[in-house]
Amino acid sequence: MRYMFLIHHDDEALAKAPPSLWGEYAAFNEALTKANGTPGLRLDHASKGKSVTQRGDTVELLDGPYADTKEQFAGYFMLDLPDIDAAVEWASRCPSASYGTVEIRPIWPMDLQ
Amino acid sequence: MDAAANRTAERLARESYGRLVALLAARTRDVAGAEDALAEAFASALKSWPRDGVPANPDGWLLTVARRRQTDLMRRRQTRSQGEMHLQLMSEEMEEAASHPDAIPDRRLALMFACAHPDMERAMRAPLILQTILGMTATDIASAFLIPPATMGQRLVRAKARIRDAAIPFAIPEREDLPERLDAVLEAIYAAYAKGWTEIGDTSAERMADEALWLGRLVVSLLPDEPEAKGMLALMLYAEARRAARRDSGGAYVPLDQQDLALWDEAQIILAESLLRDANQAGPTGRYQIEAAIQSAHIDRRVSGRDNWPAVVALYDVLLKLTNSPVVLLNRAMALAETEGPEAALESLDTIADDKRMAQYQPWWAARGHLAARAGDKAQAHQALTLAIGLTSEEAVRQYLLDQRHRLQDG
Amino acid sequence: MKFMLLIHGDEAQSNAATSPDTKVMSAGYSAYTEALIKAGALLEGSRLRPTTDAACVRIRNGKTEVLDGPYADTKEQFGGYYIIETADMDSALDWARRCPASRLGTVEVRAVVQG
Repeated sequence: MRYMFLIHHDDEALAKAPPSLWGEYAAFNEALTKANGTPGLRLDHASKGKSVTQRGDTVELLDGPYADTKEQFAGYFMLDLPDIDAAVEWASRCPSASYGTVEIRPIWPMDLQ
Repeated sequence: MDAAANRTAERLARESYGRLVALLAARTRDVAGAEDALAEAFASALKSWPRDGVPANPDGWLLTVARRRQTDLMRRRQTRSQGEMHLQLMSEEMEEAASHPDAIPDRRLALMFACAHPDMERAMRAPLILQTILGMTATDIASAFLIPPATMGQRLVRAKARIRDAAIPFAIPEREDLPERLDAVLEAIYAAYAKGWTEIGDTSAERMADEALWLGRLVVSLLPDEPEAKGMLALMLYAEARRAARRDSGGAYVPLDQQDLALWDEAQIILAESLLRDANQAGPTGRYQIEAAIQSAHIDRRVSGRDNWPAVVALYDVLLKLTNSPVVLLNRAMALAETEGPEAALESLDTIADDKRMAQYQPWWAARGHLAARAGDKAQAHQALTLAIGLTSEEAVRQYLLDQRHRLQDG
Repeated sequence: MKFMLLIHGDEAQSNAATSPDTKVMSAGYSAYTEALIKAGALLEGSRLRPTTDAACVRIRNGKTEVLDGPYADTKEQFGGYYIIETADMDSALDWARRCPASRLGTVEVRAVVQG
């Protein structure tokens, strides 16, 4: 089953992270790549995002992300894994788990592109 | 009532619960039904026993309360259905048991053998035993086994249904099947212990270790002639004795050979040694006795200061023949490095270098990293340690490995 | 420049949608995806299984916690995404407006950090 791991960051906690963090991320990405995972795509900060809704003829364009939560969606990675147990194990390896939340979302087989 | 007495009362409630679940389930093979029958009585006991004290006859108390509920439920049902017949059966069981509350047979061993039956999914054996024998909630078990709580709940329901629907036998296996079947029970208990091993300074994890130790002692008491049960308990005790020494005051990881001996629990080590001696006298050896003997050797080396690595390698040789496990081969390599050097140790791993199970196995990469570093192969060490760091879930171990990798650059 | 279009929709509503509605919705999405491909803008896209299948992992004080469900408890849930290549944010917003999801839910646009 293909799993998407959504990384939500707590900016406050992240700011206090030790300098070794980038090394931990690099190591995690290597392990991820070796496991045939899709290495993380990082997103620009949530505050720079925009949200679009349309109701009838009105288009609403708002600054910022859809959800105003303490932890913001910052990026994701993907892996093919046998079950949720393996997914939890990989989520706990991601350094972001200590500075936010790693959300595990199973995805439907890719039918696009 | 003070905290210690509270815990004792809670412990006794759980023991009584486990005995009764085993008794009720043994005849019907319906574990979930037995738990349902006792659920309210158990919740009631957990609330009132710590407060009011443990009743003189704990089993009788639980049975009386449970029977009252069953009778009420039956009276309320209007139509005759499978549900009612089931309630009837449960009620009869409890009636019989209640008539001899002092002589309730201990069917817990049979229940454990059912939970660990070959037809039962391996990963669910420990959770089943923890819930049915100890009354642990799905949430607490999920928390220790790192599974989402709802998922664990669903799996437990399915596992219990399997016991019922596949007519999994509730019985102590015959002599010739016993070693293999017992190994499955011991493996489940040890798996539970291991869950409480990795988290430091976390009281719920320590509790899991306590529960596993309690289960280990229960099995030893119920099967006093089985050396492997003693071996497994000794193994857990050797590990438990070192709990306080595994992290320094700053929370950093401390490997065994650098641990402060003063922090080791001497009483637990003495108990482990005694169990191991008893086990060794009883008959043919098994994997838990050998693993315990290896732990005993490690402790002896630190305490006496005498090098005994050749003996450790020899023990791993025996263990490898018994299990043919890549994990054993890996641990043997670490010991072999001490007797024949890191190059020989790395060579010994060639046979499983392409084993898919090792590709994402953190200890594999950590071991290769350390061995390559000692052999002077910095490139291989750097690569291996990087993968080990990426596969680690514990921050303290990550920092330790990052530090090791950093040191490659010096010298 | 690369952008991620995050599709947020009310799962409860879409679960309750009747068959003709679903067919219309599917046709709308197919047409949209086709348009993205024809324009050479589509890099990747996926649909996520519902949040009932989600779990969250956090590590606090060295302890790993596993929880049921998604991170955020919102009216609309994150249910799918497109990764597109366009000239700039304005072009990405044009695509967001064209996406059927913006009429029932919300399409969030985030720039992907390159390199």
